[in-house]
Amino acid sequence: MQRRQSFKTQKQPLQVHHKNQTDLSAWRKGGRIDPEKNVQNHQSPNNQKNDSKQGSLEQALSYFEKVQDRVSLKKNSVLQKHLTTVESIGLQSGLPPEAFDVLLNVALSGKLADTVNTRLLKSLLPASVIPETSVVSSVSWLCVSKCSGNIQLLFLRWLIAVFDFIDHKEQLHALYGFFFSFLQDEKMCPYVCHLLYLLTRKETGEYIQLYEMEYHFISYSGMQSHLQALLSLYKLYCPELVTITLPGKMKTYFKNSEGPWKAGINTVRRRNQENSPVFQPLFLGTAQPQSRKRKWNTQLIIPASSTNTNNLEEDKKKNRVDLYSMSESFRVEQLQTFSQLLQNIHHLEFPSQMGSVLTNPLLLHYMNCIKDESIYLRLYYWMGQTLQEECTWCALDNNQDEEEFKDFLETVYKTECFLQEGFSSCEEFLYKSLPLWDGFCCRSQILRLVSWIPLGSFSEIKSHLYDPLAQFFFTSSLYFKCSILECLKELLQNWLNWHVIHLDSESDSQVHSSNTTHSELLNEVAELIHFVGWISTVALRLENNPTFLLYFILDFYETACDMYLRYNLPLLIMPPAGVFYPALLSMDSVTLNQLCYIMYRYRTNLVAAKENELSKKEMVQFRFSNQTYQEYNQYITAMVGCLWTSSVFQKDIHPQGLRMDDELLKKTAVQEFKNSFNIVYHPAMMGYAVLFLQQAWPDDTTFNFSLIKGKKWNWYLEYLYAHGLKGLKVFIESSINRVSQASHSKAGNVQV
Amino acid sequence: MAAGAAPRPARRGGRREGGSNGPRREAAPGLVSVMESVEAVARTLLSFGRLSRGLPFGRAHGLSSRDPLLPLAPRSQENADPQRTAFLLRKQWTLYSVTPLYRFSNAHLRDYARLLSAFIAAEKQKGLAVEVGVELDIKVAVSSLPYLKGSDQDQAAILVQLSSRSPASPKNSEEKLIWSGWFCCVSGDNLSKNVPEDFTCLPLFLVNGAECYTSIVGSWFQKTFDCSFRRLAISPLILSWMAAMWTGCKVDKTASAMELVFSVPCLPQPLDISYAIHPEDAKALWDTVQKTPGEIIQEEVDVFMDCLYSHFHRHFRIHLSATKLVKVSTAIASAHCDGIIKVRF
Repeated sequence: MQRRQSFKTQKQPLQVHHKNQTDLSAWRKGGRIDPEKNVQNHQSPNNQKNDSKQGSLEQALSYFEKVQDRVSLKKNSVLQKHLTTVESIGLQSGLPPEAFDVLLNVALSGKLADTVNTRLLKSLLPASVIPETSVVSSVSWLCVSKCSGNIQLLFLRWLIAVFDFIDHKEQLHALYGFFFSFLQDEKMCPYVCHLLYLLTRKETGEYIQLYEMEYHFISYSGMQSHLQALLSLYKLYCPELVTITLPGKMKTYFKNSEGPWKAGINTVRRRNQENSPVFQPLFLGTAQPQSRKRKWNTQLIIPASSTNTNNLEEDKKKNRVDLYSMSESFRVEQLQTFSQLLQNIHHLEFPSQMGSVLTNPLLLHYMNCIKDESIYLRLYYWMGQTLQEECTWCALDNNQDEEEFKDFLETVYKTECFLQEGFSSCEEFLYKSLPLWDGFCCRSQILRLVSWIPLGSFSEIKSHLYDPLAQFFFTSSLYFKCSILECLKELLQNWLNWHVIHLDSESDSQVHSSNTTHSELLNEVAELIHFVGWISTVALRLENNPTFLLYFILDFYETACDMYLRYNLPLLIMPPAGVFYPALLSMDSVTLNQLCYIMYRYRTNLVAAKENELSKKEMVQFRFSNQTYQEYNQYITAMVGCLWTSSVFQKDIHPQGLRMDDELLKKTAVQEFKNSFNIVYHPAMMGYAVLFLQQAWPDDTTFNFSLIKGKKWNWYLEYLYAHGLKGLKVFIESSINRVSQASHSKAGNVQV
Repeated sequence: MAAGAAPRPARRGGRREGGSNGPRREAAPGLVSVMESVEAVARTLLSFGRLSRGLPFGRAHGLSSRDPLLPLAPRSQENADPQRTAFLLRKQWTLYSVTPLYRFSNAHLRDYARLLSAFIAAEKQKGLAVEVGVELDIKVAVSSLPYLKGSDQDQAAILVQLSSRSPASPKNSEEKLIWSGWFCCVSGDNLSKNVPEDFTCLPLFLVNGAECYTSIVGSWFQKTFDCSFRRLAISPLILSWMAAMWTGCKVDKTASAMELVFSVPCLPQPLDISYAIHPEDAKALWDTVQKTPGEIIQEEVDVFMDCLYSHFHRHFRIHLSATKLVKVSTAIASAHCDGIIKVRF
């Protein structure tokens, strides 16, 4: 989760982005480095959401730490409360590492009743890891037998169930002999066998007591499967020590001791896998604990980063002919911090399965500075296959887990944000799955992935992306429409960012792409903007011009109007009349203000383009057709006529504009129709005008708007600017040349 | 049905190759797409037939008519020892598609066998489920099948066999084959050329044996060669194609009936309809449908199936075209939509 915070989901502006990316401390992985940090890391995700929860857990822990005498559960509401806290947190989100010491101590010390101890033990699920020290101290409690036999058994079962989550096992190995002595206990024997089975390692000399065990084994009546399993392991490691012949064909299993923790443990595993790819156990093969799920190869598991140990000698020799071949390679499992990455970057090995980089930001950093195509190909193959296989609406058998798929898409999206680049496997997946999509399942994830479709990759983007998107757009709710517009805005921004970076690197390397390529890119961007213009026009009609929708549409154009200056892309496309006029005549000052800002940016961009055209005569031949200027001039005439000179009905020359005959206007029976859309009378502005009148003439209750003129007009303007209409301000200051205050009706130099 | 309708994935143009500095990533030309293609299955089945008996087609048209199926003359006939291909027959094979193997080399097959064998031993001892004593001793053989490929450019097929040696009995006892799987390349000429360096394209994986071994072997390949496995389903369209194709083959008179299994969708309980046809009748029908001997086109397959459907409708008043074809079984071979095939001859 720490990682999640560091991932950038915003890419605008780029500068901020870089800042995030070099926030090195964020990449330090918690866990092994230092215990304080560890605790901090594990708490931090909770802090935001569950401050109160965290507080109550702290209270509960300090209570259990101090509890002295045997307290009755029924009578003591304080105990009840704290016990419930521990249970709910333990089962829902897992307990932080520091809780285990306290809770294990109290559960095994026998201070409280067995019912309490049982409930405590059953809720002991880790949020991430269990510190080894707390396990060791609880084993010492076991040795002094303060607690009942049932609790001892439950503790052993717990230990087996959570074995994988203990952070270190060295000291635990040192206790091998202690556990071995428990074999004598008839009830504990099966669980102790299992535990020993997990603890036994080939290299340690743990077989000294084998004879004793054999004795025990022989003296035992009947074949105990658990002992037999342990013995077979011993025999495998040290065949010379185990003299007993084990029965040939017999499968033996340990009793399933995961019992009450099973569901919780699966959750922890999944969570750990998400958060900490380096420590995550590899779940593949038959020993897969999440057996609820289908076939071996179709679990949606991002592989752990592990070095490819199967590299053959010959391969290694071959690979090391390069410059850095002197030193040993650095294994990915060891990679924990950014500084380690920097120190070992010249001899770091990539993981055996490239998919694992998705959850490992350090490797993503590494990937970003490596120019090996095969890395991307490996990722491409794996991701393409996984997306296809796991897609809940494409796959043939419908037993896929939607939540899991959602998480996966989320991870892919975050990786794309991190690399600032879309994956082509993802793009292909979208083209294939969008026509089959219901528009609902994993919606936000899919739309986010759409925003990372790479620029210039695919010439038939229209039929594969725009057509299905248009279908969803027209048939869905207002909210979904806005989501699609938002995602298309992101797409445009990502394309433009890509273009800027691409231009930079081109000028660096002195490689100039051909003009045709460039114009193809321009065409693709233009196509996107035209598409958005088209769906926006239709949507505004369908939905009857809601402000909410207009906001998202104009938000898109805020990016589109600045492409030349901000992204160095010689392309400007004006919004269609179907967007411009509804925005101009909107009832809402926010919309009008936004439109003013956009028109101001269009003007700035067009003026700059014209200047460049006149001075440099280069790179301007691309898109700045006269038509763009013409469209801009038509709009600006309409806008100035509307807001300022009250002449829109005469002067608007746009074919879809507001030009109307005087005869017709007279029939509307509106008096003073001429100025009905200027900054005083405009429906979006009238509210300001009223407030202004109230302040300027507090005694006048007639609302005589015609008072706002001359000097008052300027005051009114200042009043509007002071109320946050900055767009209007820059628009008026740039596009309206106020020759003198008296002749404000004269708007000069509005045309570029 | 969906397979036919799915759009072709992006074929990436070489546009960005120039500026390798910029945000780059030119993916390999639609390899994944081809691997998904169930055409591969049809081809493999043809390869089967070719090895065993030689199908009577000179050439056949693929599902998309511009993409001809493989010419059916065996590529390396001299090598196609029936003994060595016999293991492929009369077994049920489960199909997987595999992404290209990274850094796989035919020169190291022995080493791979050794490593895989060690991996299997380790896997078998891991975890809660313990199998004592037996079956730890699994022998792994990885070999190349150079005669099994679709075209000269194709990579030779790779066979993986697991056999057990019972520790109870002495070494000289017969090893028992417990699992086998083979990777093969059936993609035709144009694909193999486009495989990028360091990658080996063996997009089809066929498995016979217990799932637990498939899992272990698959995991090992995944980890070692960074590839990924996916069950390959066979669409009803392809199944009908196979039905027509196999009907046309000459078989002995005693041959078993051709059987088509349909499943009825949207029912609370699953309902399957089995439609058995005498092979000679089916052959007679097909002969009237097929215009050019040695060539099949989609239209003919459609007509053939429509005839069968209308015959069924006449007798049972059931429109089979509204159901889903799930299995085709003929004297030559059978195929199930779940991606399971079996070749009898």
